[in-house]
Amino acid sequence: MNPWLPFEWIVALRFLREGRVQTLFIVSGIAIGVAVIVFMSALLTGLQANFVHRVLTAQAHIQLLPPKEVARALGPPPGASPDTLEGAAVQAPLQRLKSIDQWQAVATEIRAMPEVLVVSPEATGSALVVRGDASRAITLIGVDPELYFRIVALPDDIVHGSTRLTNSDILVGTELASDLGLSVGDKLRVSSANGGANTLTVAGIFDLGNKGANQRTTYVALHTAQSLLGLTGGVSSIDVTIKDIYAAETVARRITAATGVEADSWITTNAQFFSAVQAQTTANTTIRFFVGLSVAFGIASVLVVSVVQKSREIGILRAMGVSRGQVLRVFLLQGGLLGLAGSIGGSAIGMLALVLWQRYARNPDGTPLFALAIEPGLVIAALLLATLTGLVAAFAPALRAARLDPVVAIRG
Amino acid sequence: MDDAVVHLRGVHKSFNVGLPNETEVLHGIDLLLRRGEFCAVMGPSGSGKSTLLNIVGLLDRPTSGTLSICGEETTALDDRALTRLRGHSIGFVFQHHCLMPAFTAQENVMMPLLGEAGFPNDAMATRAAQLLDSVGLTKWRDNLAGEMSGGQQQRVAVARALAMSPPLLLADEPTGNLDTKSADAVFELLRSVNREHGTAILFVTHNEALATRCDRIIKVVDGLLVDPGSVH
Repeated sequence: MNPWLPFEWIVALRFLREGRVQTLFIVSGIAIGVAVIVFMSALLTGLQANFVHRVLTAQAHIQLLPPKEVARALGPPPGASPDTLEGAAVQAPLQRLKSIDQWQAVATEIRAMPEVLVVSPEATGSALVVRGDASRAITLIGVDPELYFRIVALPDDIVHGSTRLTNSDILVGTELASDLGLSVGDKLRVSSANGGANTLTVAGIFDLGNKGANQRTTYVALHTAQSLLGLTGGVSSIDVTIKDIYAAETVARRITAATGVEADSWITTNAQFFSAVQAQTTANTTIRFFVGLSVAFGIASVLVVSVVQKSREIGILRAMGVSRGQVLRVFLLQGGLLGLAGSIGGSAIGMLALVLWQRYARNPDGTPLFALAIEPGLVIAALLLATLTGLVAAFAPALRAARLDPVVAIRG
Repeated sequence: MDDAVVHLRGVHKSFNVGLPNETEVLHGIDLLLRRGEFCAVMGPSGSGKSTLLNIVGLLDRPTSGTLSICGEETTALDDRALTRLRGHSIGFVFQHHCLMPAFTAQENVMMPLLGEAGFPNDAMATRAAQLLDSVGLTKWRDNLAGEMSGGQQQRVAVARALAMSPPLLLADEPTGNLDTKSADAVFELLRSVNREHGTAILFVTHNEALATRCDRIIKVVDGLLVDPGSVH
C-alpha cells in the first residue's frame, strides 16, 4: 500500500482496478464524450474567430456617419388654421455627400475614450475611372494610411506594388486592374460627379477575395479624395476600432450620446452574421451539455452497479469501524477519478483529431481552411469539468453506499 | 461488574415497527458476558441468534432495553459514536468470511487499522504480519484474498477481527461453511485468542460438539434465552 495515499484513495483505486473491464468501458465512454467536446469547441471557436477576423479586418468596429437629411413641411403661416397642413406631401430628400460636422473635435473626443484603439477619418464617394476608351464606376475611399491600415489589413491583400499613398497615388483591385489593363506605375484618370478630376498613379494592386469588391473599391490619400469629392477639409465617416469587439454596441451608444453623431457598430451592420455566430454558440453549448449529461449518467450507472456489487464489502468496512463519511468519499473519489481519467484520454484524442483535421482539411491551394487555436485553457476546462461531472454523478450512488445498512449489506 | 464486556438488560427487538406486519424477534433478553468468557450461542434457525449478535455488535439497535459494551451505555449514542465504539471494541468473524477480494491477506488484516488511522504505516504492516503469523498464514500474506481456500480465508478473517485488539469478538457461524478439519482449526484459533488475550467471544454455532468445548452455552428459542448459562 502506498503510504502517501489515504484510506479512501487506496480503497477507491483498488475497487476500480478490481472491476477493470467495467472501468475501461466507462473511461472509454467518457473519453469519447470529452474528445467530442474538445474537438467541437476548438473547431467552432476557430471557425468563429476566423469569421470575426475576416469581418473585422475588412471593416471598422464602429463607424460614425453624418446625419441623414430629413425633409420637413414648413409650419402654417401666422394666423392660419393648423388644418392648412393636412394635404401637404413631403418628398424624401436626396442624400448628398456631406461631411461630419466638426469632425476633428469629434475624433479627438472619441480618441480620449479608454475603450478606443484607433480613430480613422475617411472620405468616401462615387467616381469614374477612365483609361483610353475604357471607363469604370468606382468607389473612391480616401484614407489616412497610417490610421486606416491599423483598422483594415489592406497591406496583407496587396498582390502587386505597395500601399504607398501620396496625394497622386491610387490602389486598385485586381478585377479593375484586369479590366483596364493596369499595372503598377500606370496612370489613371479619376473624375467625380461634381466635376473634380485628377490623374493618379497606380501604386499597388490588391485582392480582397471578392470579385465585386476588387472591381469597385479603390483607395487614395484622404486629401486627394476630399479634393475629388468636393469635401474640402471634411470627412464622410469616421472609423473606430475598440479593445473589446463584443462591447461595440455599448461603445457606439456612448459615442452617440457624447458626440451627437450617429454611430453604427459592426454588430448592427452585420446583424445576420452575428445571429449566426450566436446560433452556432448556442448549438455548441447544447451539444456539450447533452454530451456532458450522457457522461454523467454513464458514470452514475457504473457506480450504482458497483455499489450493488460491493455491498457486502461496504457492510464489512462499516462493521470494522469505517464511517459513513469514509464510504461516501470512496465512491465520490471513484466518480472523480473516472471523470479525470476519461477527460485526460478524451483531451488527448480531441487534440489528435484537431491536429489531423488541420493537416488534412485544406483549401484547394493547400492552405489551411482556417487557423485552429489549440488552447491549454480548453483542456484544463475539460479536465476540471469532467472531474466535477464525475463527482456530481457519483454523489447519488455514494450516498446510497454510505447509507447501506451493514446488517443487510453483510447478509447480501 | 467491572469486567463486564457485554451487558444486555430487557432487550426487545421488533421489525416493521408501527406497521400491520410488525414482528418482535427478541422478547426481553438479559445477558452478561464477562472478560475472558467464551460463550456459544445456539438455537434453531430464525430464533433470533443473528439479530442478537447484530445488536451486541452495534450493527443494529434494540427497540427497547439497554446495552452496555465495556461499561459504555450505547442506547443513546449516535451513529458516529457507535461506529467508533464498534471499531475499537468489537471484532467480527462471519460465516462467509467477507474478505475484500481485491486486497491481499495482509491488506485485509490492516484494513481496520487503516480505516482508523487514515494512512498506512509500517507499524500496521508489522501488526498484520504478526497476526497472520499467529493464524499460520505467514506464507500467504501477499496472496489476494480471492485466491485462498475457505479455511484460509476464515483464518484471515479471524486475524482481521483481532487487528484492533478488541475486548469482544463476535463470531457468527464462522465454521458453518468449513469441513470438519478446517472448522476445528478455526475453533482452536478462537480458543487460543480467548485464552491468550482474554478476549470475550460470542460464538454462534449449530455444531453441538464445538459448543460443548466453550465455557458456556446460551440457547435462543423464539427470541428468548431459554438456557442463559450452562457453564462447562
